[in-house]
Amino acid sequence: MLKDKVIQYVLWGSAATSILIVALIFIFLGKEAFSFISEPGIEKLFSSRWVPVSFTLEQFGLYPLITGSFLVTILATIIMIPFGVTGALYISEFASNTEREFLKPFIEILAGIPSVVIGFFGLLVLSPIVKSLFGLNTGLTAITGALLLALMAIPTVISISEDAIQSVPSSYKEASLALGASPLQTSFRVVVPAALPGIIAAIMLGMGRVVGETMVVLMVTGNTAKLTLSPFDSVRTMTATIAAEMGEVAFGSSHYAALFWVGIVLMLITFGLNVLAQQLLKKYQMR
Amino acid sequence: MVNETIKLESKNLNFYYGETQALFNINLQIPKNRVTALIGPSGCGKSTFLRMYNRMNDIIPGTHHKGSILIDSDDIYLEKGSMDIVSLRKKVGMVFQKSNPFPKSIWENIAYGPKIHGIKDNTKLEAIVEKSLRGSALWEEVSDRLHQNAFGLSGGQQQRLCIARALAVEPEILLMDEPASALDPKSTTRIENLIRELRENYTIVIVTHNMQQAARISYYTAFFYEGKLIEFGETEKIFTKPDQQQTEDYITGRFG
Repeated sequence: MLKDKVIQYVLWGSAATSILIVALIFIFLGKEAFSFISEPGIEKLFSSRWVPVSFTLEQFGLYPLITGSFLVTILATIIMIPFGVTGALYISEFASNTEREFLKPFIEILAGIPSVVIGFFGLLVLSPIVKSLFGLNTGLTAITGALLLALMAIPTVISISEDAIQSVPSSYKEASLALGASPLQTSFRVVVPAALPGIIAAIMLGMGRVVGETMVVLMVTGNTAKLTLSPFDSVRTMTATIAAEMGEVAFGSSHYAALFWVGIVLMLITFGLNVLAQQLLKKYQMR
Repeated sequence: MVNETIKLESKNLNFYYGETQALFNINLQIPKNRVTALIGPSGCGKSTFLRMYNRMNDIIPGTHHKGSILIDSDDIYLEKGSMDIVSLRKKVGMVFQKSNPFPKSIWENIAYGPKIHGIKDNTKLEAIVEKSLRGSALWEEVSDRLHQNAFGLSGGQQQRLCIARALAVEPEILLMDEPASALDPKSTTRIENLIRELRENYTIVIVTHNMQQAARISYYTAFFYEGKLIEFGETEKIFTKPDQQQTEDYITGRFG
């Protein structure tokens, strides 16, 4: 049937569009970043200082930005795992129906708060606390950003982990309880291990969110491109660098091309995390 | 029931799913180290009744009961009694209708129960795993792949693994809820042979849909209908000359 064929092509077209757009973005990033390879030279990216505007010597080392993103992401992940996983476990295994109906909308609200509002909160409330708690010169540090990013990623981790936990067959739980295990033992020794691939995927999607988040880190991490792995130092992430500098960079300059390299690295990281998470989810659903 | 020691006893037992009453005033004494079959049509309450003995109905919200269940004359539902739910379930093992091994290795499946009850010593666990697998006639088939995933076993092997898992915590009583209903005839025969071996040392209560099965393996039979215990007695008598008309109708296949 001609009509069927047409509809099929239209559907194929809309499905293909998203792939096309992703490809175009990659091509665009590559094109803009390309000039950097010959001038000032790709090796300039592999250094430990990012000083893109200077009268004497401009430096475009990506290391401090990558470690900044890495540090904030790892800290946020460490914070979000216990809250996210135990939260999901509580909601799906222990909460009464009333509690669940109360908790779930709140978690969704948390996911819906604009990041700039969370940044505000971090700037005015959290950073003074961090500053006085750890006796620092400034409260604008990696740990401040990580705490807020964890807060933003927790709803993702909870809702996807919860799905994974819910889909653990109740026959496993019955078997465990019938052997005399307590509900808590059953949760941690049977339910969580059985849901683990889904939980790991949830954590990775949460990490993807954290790596890509811009506004909060721009506001609260101090914006210092410093090569450090201390949670109490100010840092600057890749996202914050692009957001802060892209607006005022001279079009076509080395600095401009370097920012596109930052974008490429960032995109590869989030892309990798997403692919890995999808693989895990797929493996999990196959079982 | 001459000269039998009573292992399990229910007294005036009523059970409710919310407003719906599922069991009506059940009085039954189950003797020690015998196989007792619970038979009856679907929805007659036999599985619900079975699950009273290890308090598995507790996990279903909105249920409650009246009356009492005694094991060795101890009331298992008495909160201040000598038997908390953990020691109860250690004493009363359960095998489910559909085999439900954990998504772990064969070894881990068996060792799970003993570990829960505090056995950490690896040599002891090894011994328990072997003993339990021998007990469920599975050892010969799996001894060379103890650390492989239990899901790699066949349906019948999985069910025997579940029996081994139940044996590993050294129960005195085994509750079996249609343990062979999802299996092929050959695996069913193996499970039945296993039950015949186990009855030497365990008090076994088995729910079954299959009356031939009840006749083959049980010493006593209880017939349930619409939540009531209609008749209880030696299997031979129940199947040849039951006292109740309803029992006879069911046995002879007039309904059910």
